[in-house]
Amino acid sequence: MSPSLPQRLRRELMATPTDAVVSLVLIVAITAAAVGFLRWALFKAQWVVIQANSTLFAVGRYPIEQQWRLWLLVTLLTAATGLGWGLLRGRRWPLHDRIAAGLLTALALWAPAALSLSLAIQLRWWALTALLLALRWAVGVWGPGWWSGLSPLGQRLLPLGWPLLYLTGMVLISGGLGLTPVSPSEWGGLMLTLLMASFAMLLSFPLGVALALARRSDLPLLRWGSVLYIEFIRGAPLITLLFLGQNILGFLLPGGVAPDRVWRAAWVLTFFCAAYLAEAVRSGLAAVPRGQFEAARALGLTVPQSLARVVLPQALRTALPTMVGQFISLLQDTTLLSLIGLLDLLGTARSVMANPAYLGKNAEVYFTLAVLFWCCCAALGLGSRALERRLDTSRSTTNPSDSAPSPAVA
Amino acid sequence: MVSSPPWWRDRRVIPWLVQGVVGLVVLVVIAFLLGNLVRNLSAAGLLLSWRWLGQPAGFDLSESVLPFNAELPYWRALMAGLVNTLRAVAIGLVGSTLLGTLLGMAAFSSNGLLRRLAVVYVEVIRNIPLLLQLVFWYFVVFLSLPNGTDALQFPGVVLAKSGFYAAGFEQGHWHGPALINGVWHAPLRLSVELTALLTGLIAYTSAFIAEVVRGGIASVAKGQWEAAASLGLHWSITLRRVVLPQALRVIIPGLNSQYIGLAKNSSLAVAVGYTDLYSVAETTLNQTGRAVEVILLLLGAYLVIDLLISAVMNGLNRLVQIRER
Repeated sequence: MSPSLPQRLRRELMATPTDAVVSLVLIVAITAAAVGFLRWALFKAQWVVIQANSTLFAVGRYPIEQQWRLWLLVTLLTAATGLGWGLLRGRRWPLHDRIAAGLLTALALWAPAALSLSLAIQLRWWALTALLLALRWAVGVWGPGWWSGLSPLGQRLLPLGWPLLYLTGMVLISGGLGLTPVSPSEWGGLMLTLLMASFAMLLSFPLGVALALARRSDLPLLRWGSVLYIEFIRGAPLITLLFLGQNILGFLLPGGVAPDRVWRAAWVLTFFCAAYLAEAVRSGLAAVPRGQFEAARALGLTVPQSLARVVLPQALRTALPTMVGQFISLLQDTTLLSLIGLLDLLGTARSVMANPAYLGKNAEVYFTLAVLFWCCCAALGLGSRALERRLDTSRSTTNPSDSAPSPAVA
Repeated sequence: MVSSPPWWRDRRVIPWLVQGVVGLVVLVVIAFLLGNLVRNLSAAGLLLSWRWLGQPAGFDLSESVLPFNAELPYWRALMAGLVNTLRAVAIGLVGSTLLGTLLGMAAFSSNGLLRRLAVVYVEVIRNIPLLLQLVFWYFVVFLSLPNGTDALQFPGVVLAKSGFYAAGFEQGHWHGPALINGVWHAPLRLSVELTALLTGLIAYTSAFIAEVVRGGIASVAKGQWEAAASLGLHWSITLRRVVLPQALRVIIPGLNSQYIGLAKNSSLAVAVGYTDLYSVAETTLNQTGRAVEVILLLLGAYLVIDLLISAVMNGLNRLVQIRER
């Protein structure tokens, strides 16, 4: 029989006299902190600095007449998310999904109003949330049937939609192909932060895997080259590397070829992250018994085949938590772009606070940024844990609530 | 008849072929970059030279452990910056180890509230960028502290907008912080920039160290605790004599990477106006335009700091390893 609530409280908080004193002190301190914070947040803080600059925080100085492209991109992303979510879960709405749907609805109702956005923009956010949930429901009902009707080739090709979407997004943001070009110096805010982080994540992954394989290779030249690169990058603070990118890249390339400041920073982030990812993948590779590779070779698979089909899938599964941790710190590291004069989220915040109208509003702005970053990073962490559970082959798959069958089975 | 495979599928040839191609590509790329570098630098009149290090710096440092003024040469400025970095790193290492160990042990407290609070602390700190935390501590917390008589006063310690003051020995006598003509004086003083940097670094790194310590203690088998308890050992002796010596083998390698991380993160001092090595180097580059030399010095200095920390930690690690016969 499980103990009742008073019993549990007693055991947790007052096991010994010392514990009781500690608990008392902690409760008083937490209450005082919470009351102080609420009084500040509700009565003293002037959130108008966030409301008045919400567009700046979101997209920086992106030209207003071109912002429809960003709305289109957000719509496409929302649709793709709804599609993927529905295919993944099918008809079932497990607890996590219900919580997520509730949170999203609450956010859509609260955030635009709290930011005092105009009604037209509020309506857009409501429509986007409605689209997401409607697609999740509709695809959940009809999607699996359509999926199993698809030819194996189609099933394989569908995931390619994501990179295609990414490229579309790039074109929408930067222009070209008939759209008015928008130079990277006009990108900013959350958009620049997410763009930099996603770009570096996508490109550093293959680079990191290649470096890890090279570091474990039998060929001395590959091994030593990889070791040299990884240790060089890991020995230097990111800010010095960004500094290097801004100041030396222009000298290393023939005149006029060097990319502009934003893309230089993006490439530095990529090369930086690749070295750390390589170490994560290497530890994953070390966890795969050598016999796996030898068995694959003995079956007649070539070296690339054995690596890609046998060794890497196991290694990456082991390395997943470390890699996601690396991606989370990459997202956090994008704040360093503000130190080299780019207008990422933190850079935008600093430029807003340099405006005399908002002088001294540091607390409100930094608090908002902290909440934003915390939510993004925590979401990545949660996603990683969910993915780990899905990929965990050591557990039985009889419990349907936490190991959803793939759509092909449902 | 057994036909031998063609030469490009010979297992004795392939490794050399792959390495040759990779080596050639790398060499060509390096030669290309270096060639551009030399051409562009000589066009700009900035070919590698170290003579500028002896010229007067012409800028002052807001704070420095080594005596420094604007007439002294660049190399003295960079040395002063290096010593400032080392100072921040040394205090940061001690502070974050103490706080992190306490937090890591809190995860094993019998008090449920304390346990959960430690978890909340780690989860909050780890998911917020360090740079954001640093500017928060500096601009929101420390720069809004009052000065003079309104400063925050604790026994032996004073926190004011002008800095952090602590009691200590001065000329053989114990002195506390004292207010003289509206200005605080104390044997131990840290500027407000360094205080903000250290607060941010220690708060951030200790969350990671707490996880390392927690993992280390958790790696010791439960039977060790139970065996010590059944021998009648008090829990504090159990922790000190039985559990920690075993946990240290897991903890020290983890600490090593956290310490190196702290040393590298100290370069974010530039955001709060502390004149560390990176900030001096940045000013030097802006004044001289000697990008390549400055970056080489900067990378070399951080590499040496990292290697020093690694060497010390590896030595410690050897001390605590089990010596098997």
